Amino acid sequence: MELFELTAHELADLIRRGEVSAEEIADSVLRRIDQVEEDVRAYLTVTRDRALAAARAVDARRQKEEDSGPLAGIPVGLKDNLCTQGVRTTCASRMLENFVPPYNATVVEKLYQAGAVVTGKLNMDEFAMGSTTEYSAFFPTRNPWDLSRVPGGSSGGAAAAVAAGEAIYALGSDTGGSIRQPASFCGVVGMKPTYGLVSRYGLVAFASSLDQVGSLTKDVRDCALVLNAIAGHDPLDSTSVPMEVPDYTSFLTGEMKGKRIGVIKEMFDEGLDPEMAEVVKKGVKKLEELGGIVEECSFPHAEYAIAIYYIIAPAEASSNLARFDGIRYGYRANQEEGKELDLQELYLRTRSEGFGPEVKRRILVGTYALSSGYYDAYYLKALKVRTLIREDYRRLFQNFDLLVSPTAPCLPFPLGEKLDDPIVLYLADVYTVPVNLAGLPAISLPCGFVRGLPVGMQLIAPAFKEGDLLQVAYAFEQNTPYHKERPPLQGKSPAEAVEGG
Amino acid sequence: MKLSRKEVEHVAMLARLSLRDDEIEDVGAQLSSILEFVEKINRIDTEGVEPTYHVLPIKNVWRQDEERPPLVQEETFRNAPQREGSYFRVPRIL
Repeated sequence: MELFELTAHELADLIRRGEVSAEEIADSVLRRIDQVEEDVRAYLTVTRDRALAAARAVDARRQKEEDSGPLAGIPVGLKDNLCTQGVRTTCASRMLENFVPPYNATVVEKLYQAGAVVTGKLNMDEFAMGSTTEYSAFFPTRNPWDLSRVPGGSSGGAAAAVAAGEAIYALGSDTGGSIRQPASFCGVVGMKPTYGLVSRYGLVAFASSLDQVGSLTKDVRDCALVLNAIAGHDPLDSTSVPMEVPDYTSFLTGEMKGKRIGVIKEMFDEGLDPEMAEVVKKGVKKLEELGGIVEECSFPHAEYAIAIYYIIAPAEASSNLARFDGIRYGYRANQEEGKELDLQELYLRTRSEGFGPEVKRRILVGTYALSSGYYDAYYLKALKVRTLIREDYRRLFQNFDLLVSPTAPCLPFPLGEKLDDPIVLYLADVYTVPVNLAGLPAISLPCGFVRGLPVGMQLIAPAFKEGDLLQVAYAFEQNTPYHKERPPLQGKSPAEAVEGG
Repeated sequence: MKLSRKEVEHVAMLARLSLRDDEIEDVGAQLSSILEFVEKINRIDTEGVEPTYHVLPIKNVWRQDEERPPLVQEETFRNAPQREGSYFRVPRIL
């Protein structure tokens, strides 16, 4: 077993016992990047030197017998919409191609303080808008389980990197399923915490009332460890909730007897791939065997979630992305020699050249939905339906501790297949979006395979009940083998990797 | 809901995006189909339902009025597409 194949907690144990150094672990992951990155293309920026320096610093602290905590010396990749001081942060957009933030996102700062070894910045759909990572302005990422298929999106680079062993874990962001759907496609654990539990300071905003930073990990214990590191109040984020955060690993008991689990029947209907339905139903059966009290339930407004999401998210995006004007940072349209553009032309050309097609599409939809005469019919109406969706959840959580559904309706599809029709692509998020509209926590767990491709099962909890989520997820994982499977990825031989790397 | 060419151009101008002639047709068709897709929300009765702008009861948050080191000027200007000394350079406005 190579070091890059292990989980964060396994590596932390090895470090603690003095069996490996942080530098050896960083070296293993960096060599793995050399070996498979040409095929997977998960990274936009690899921070090799910084990673090695950080690993050596952890080793130096250990020499002095300072305990550095469970994530110290563990290599992590960051989605490229998290600001990293001194390291370019592009959002996979031409608009920010050369942007080097002067500060760290709070979650990044917290990881640095925990001794993290950051291996680089991971590919994504431009400004986190998309479900395949094909809307990256630079190149698409490929699914490590089948390189002809997409890794999902928008945290596709993050999910692919973890699955391929190019990072031990990763941070992503989830606005409508952007952590959970790629986690499902790549066979890893993806968690979207409750809105407000994790700081959004330094996360480049897409839709501010929906965005949340979360993790992609190889197993549930790692998920709990990462949440321990990143959760908690941040005075720099006015939507961050001031509350005590528990030790999330204390919920990993392996016991889940008596948990009441609602199976959302609308999410097993004709929209779902039938073979996947079988796999997820088997997963639900497992929860029952483990002592869960499983019952079918109805989520009446689920079918409207995608429709209102594609009003609310673009509306907020059109407002957030108004800051990209070519003046203070980011791309600016070239001025021809001798002829100065006027301000209006500068805005128009900068934004039209800097943003890609999906971003423009959403800015236009959002602008339309917020414009005079349409505000009530689209935006306000959508916000009222959002209230109905929250009420559905509130009713369901009177009877259940958790809800379960598939994470995505389909297996990872071939690259290019669904790019022509935005609405078909939007439906890849049909089971994940309602969670963001209500601000709830949810996790996607590997629950089996169909035709060699991973399938994810989604668990949803009431706000701030991450502990329940992790407890049930852990019990499931301990009694199933799926999280131990790794993609059959060959890549270059070590010798070629050194030459080419 | 089919958007006219004129409407597409108007929305694009509000969003400060310029669309090429050949884009207007495509984008118009896509916007129309997205709007048609979201039309289904009109089937729901929302009479008397309060809108959810935000899932948390957001209140204004104040920080202590204390001195803090500001961003270093050079780091801030590092990302400026055009500068002149310690100014961002912009096109002539007046």
